[in-house]
Order: sequence, then C-alpha cells, then structure tokens
Amino acid sequence: MSKSIDQAFVHAKQWLLSWLAGSPGWVVQVASILINIFMLLAVFLTLFALISVLERKILARMQNRYGPNRVGPFGLFQPIADGIKMLIKEDIVPARADKIVHFLAPVLIAAVAILTLGVIPYGRNMTPFTIDGGILFFFAVGSATELAVFMAGWGSNNKFSMLGAMRAIAQMFSYELPLIISVLPVVMVVGSLTPDRIVAAQAGYTFGLVPRWFAFTPWGAAAFILFSVSGLVESNRTPFDVPEGESEIVAGHMTEYSGFKYATFFMAEYIGMFAVSGLATTLFLGGWHAPARILEIIPSYVWFLVKLGALLFVYIWVRGTLPRTRIDQMMNFAWKFMLPMAFTCIVAAAVWHYASRGLRGWLWSLVVIAVVYTALSILLDTKRKFAPRVYRFAE
Amino acid sequence: MSSAAFVIISIFTLAAALAAATLRKLMHAALSFAVALVGIAAFFFLLGAEFVGLALVFIYIGAVAVLIVFTILLTRRHAGKDRGFNWSGVAIAVAVFGGLTWSIVKTQSLSIVAPHVPALTVKRIGQALMTSYVWPLQCVGLLLTAALIGALVLVMEEKR
Repeated sequence: MSKSIDQAFVHAKQWLLSWLAGSPGWVVQVASILINIFMLLAVFLTLFALISVLERKILARMQNRYGPNRVGPFGLFQPIADGIKMLIKEDIVPARADKIVHFLAPVLIAAVAILTLGVIPYGRNMTPFTIDGGILFFFAVGSATELAVFMAGWGSNNKFSMLGAMRAIAQMFSYELPLIISVLPVVMVVGSLTPDRIVAAQAGYTFGLVPRWFAFTPWGAAAFILFSVSGLVESNRTPFDVPEGESEIVAGHMTEYSGFKYATFFMAEYIGMFAVSGLATTLFLGGWHAPARILEIIPSYVWFLVKLGALLFVYIWVRGTLPRTRIDQMMNFAWKFMLPMAFTCIVAAAVWHYASRGLRGWLWSLVVIAVVYTALSILLDTKRKFAPRVYRFAE
Repeated sequence: MSSAAFVIISIFTLAAALAAATLRKLMHAALSFAVALVGIAAFFFLLGAEFVGLALVFIYIGAVAVLIVFTILLTRRHAGKDRGFNWSGVAIAVAVFGGLTWSIVKTQSLSIVAPHVPALTVKRIGQALMTSYVWPLQCVGLLLTAALIGALVLVMEEKR
C-alpha cells in the first residue's frame, strides 16, 4: 500500500504514456520529457506562490505585526492578487536602454533557474532528467546567471543598474568557489556526480538508528553549513543582498525593470533558492530518504518536500534576523574563511574514508576540522580594535 | 532524429557565430559569441560527450564570456560604438579555413562511420586524469595558480 502511494506519480506518468502505445519511439520520448517539464513547472510555480505569501507571514510574525491578511482566508490568495497586479502594470523600458538585452536578461535568468531544477531527485524514481554529470550540470547551467545579471545591468544603461550588476557578479564569483568546493567531498566519498547515486549512498542507518546522511559526519556538517551560506549568497537574499541594497543603489540590476519583468527576476530568485535548497537536501540531508526506519511508510517525495521546507524556513528566518553585511566584510569572509574551510572539508572527508568510515574516522575528521577552524579563527583575529580603516583598491 | 538535431544545432550555432562576427555593437557581438558556445556545447551533448559539453558551458559561458564582457565594459569609453570593417580579420579567417580544408582533404583515412567506443563517462575521465595524466594536470594547476597570484600582485599595488 505504502509502496503504491510512494510510486503514485511514476505510475500516473506511465499510465499517461500508455495512451501513446504504438506510436514511434521519439513521440513517446518527447511526451515523457514534456510531462516532466510540465510537472516541474506546475509544482515549483505553485510552491513559489505559496512561499512568497508564507515568507511575508513569517517575517511579519518575527517583526510582531500581522502581514498580509486581507485576500482570502489568512491572506492565502495574496499571490493571485500580486500576480494580477504585476501583469497589468505598465512595462517601462528606458529610452536609452539596449532594448534586446534589456528584454532577454529576465528571460535568461528565469530559464537558467528553472533548468537547474531538472536534475534533482524528488523521490524514489522521480528524477526528471537523469544525466551522468548531474551535479556538474547544475553548476554549469547556474554559472550563466552571472551573464544574465550583467545583461540586466548593462542593458538598462543606468549607473545604479551597472553598479548593482558588478556587485552581484563580484559576490557570486567569490562564493561560487566555496559552493562548488564544498560539494567535492560528497562527490569524492560517493565516487559519482549523479544525484541518484549520491542519494542512494545515504540509505540505511548506523546502529539501526541514526540515518547515514552526510550531514551527520563532521566533514559533511561543515560542508553543509558552507554550502548553505554560499547558496544564500548566490540567491542574493538578505543578509547578502548588497547588489540590490535599496538604501544605496535603488534596486541594483533590477532598477529599470517594472511589471512582469520585475516579477520574473523575483521568481528567478525564489526558484534559485529552491534549487540550491533541493541540492543541499540531495547532497547532505539524504535526499528523499526517511529519517527513521519506522517513518518509511510516508512517501519519499513528502520527505523531500519536508526537508526542502525546513531549509526554506531557515532562509526566511535568517532574513528576518540578520541585518545586511558590508561588501568588504563579505568578500573577506569568502576568501579568508569559507575557501580554506571548504578545502579542509575535502581533507577531512579523505581522512574519514581512509579511517574505514567508522567511529574512528568520525573522530579523526572532527579533529581535522576543529584544528583548522581554531587556527583560522586565531589567524583572522586582527586584534586591531579601533584602527583607522585601510583602503585597498585597484588602480 | 539525431541528424535533424544536428542540422538544427548547426544552423543555430552558425547564425550565432555570424552575428558575433557582423553585429555593429561590440557588446552584442560578445553576447552572441556566448550563444554560439551554447551551440557547440549542444554538439558535444549530441555526440554523447556530456562532460566536455558541460565543461564548455561552465568555463566559456560562466567565466570567459563574463570576462570578455567585463573587458569591453572596462576598457572602452563608448562600449556601444560602431566598429569598422577589419580586413586583417578576414585574412586570418581565410587562412585558418584554408589550412583546415587542406589538412582535412589531405587526411588519408577519413572514415565517416563512427568507430565503436565505450560511453565516455565522467568517471572514466576522472580516472584517466588522476592516473595516467596526473602530471600534466598538476602542471596545469601550478601554472594557473601562478597566473592567479600574478594577477593579484599586479592589482594589489597600493598608493602611498
């Protein structure tokens, strides 16, 4: 019974494809791909609408106010009202803007964000597109975001847009390094770049109790934290929303966008957040595996959504708690702390592997991480309490 | 199916490459160059060389295209200015085309039928890089690190 609920979507798709029985192979192939794309878009656009209102509700709760509560029960129909508002707003294109680039930037950024969703396993046998280097695909496609942000900034022909785009690219480049390097320990330990294999490697329980998720090993926990922080920076959200700091540069690369194009940027930001959280779940939190043997009767996709929701809640929580960082602090943090720690995770994973992956390896890799963390903390503490700031700049 | 895909991707890539060569604005040309690279990556996917295609997207679109675009932005006063016709470019293009044609025509065993090779998985590439080609890999890594430090040293010169 629980097995058939678990595979409900897979069976539904097979049933839909059985209507095409007898037609040539490529028709079935194209239909299968179209069903996958349709399901992805349906699920994640609904989730986007839901999260946009939930985020406002949660932020309001943290700031001791009500939040949206006028449209529908508990304000749940707010996204529909927002969508209509965005659609009927005037679409303004500046007279001096580069029309084509200005138009293509939001299209590209949304396309890239949606493409990255395609390789994540959402449940047992529920990976939309299984390719050999799925993790590599995720980052390769994701790296086109920088070009899209640049197109938005340059195409608008506005100094605030250009400044915002340059800041965005600087921070995305700097944090892409720890983001990718913190994935490497998992790839190394599993020996595969395929998301399905990575999820399969996290099946089972140690002592029949603790699930074998990589987040429960010292190197995995450290890499998970590094990955989440870098992912937060990549999605340009508070406290790392320097590129769109409204107190300094209006709205950064989105300054000259209005109406539905602005909404597209907004959607791309959220879908990028879903993609990074989904990948973090896949890599470190066991993907769609249940946290205990007794809970395996609950379908796998429910577990994936629960973990995704938990990560999204943490992102919203951080946004409601922390103020915006300064750009030089951010860069220093990326290059002086995040990058060495990411490299340490690789070493710790190797130690864990060669100490037979048991309790001994667990302790040794903890020692490696603790030593490097302490050393970095001592080295980076400048001890200069109130010194005049030194400016460094390129000539 | 794959020959139809080949024709579509060829037209797409050639159109983007032509646009990169002929568009008046330099920034548009740089962006169409990135589009042409997407087409070339699609060719690699069509041939089953996923890793090479992904690496192409990763390096050329994620890094090189952004670098080119930034170089144009930072070095040109009028990034949108028209560019003149470049005869030396034509000469180089004709020379490269002629050289390639000559070497292709001269090649003796030009077999159209693809030889049967086992699927080129990421795992096999990784094993090859880490065993038989480990020294070249390390040398490239050292060279790139040196280049990175060199760039930093050039930029870090402080005003006193």
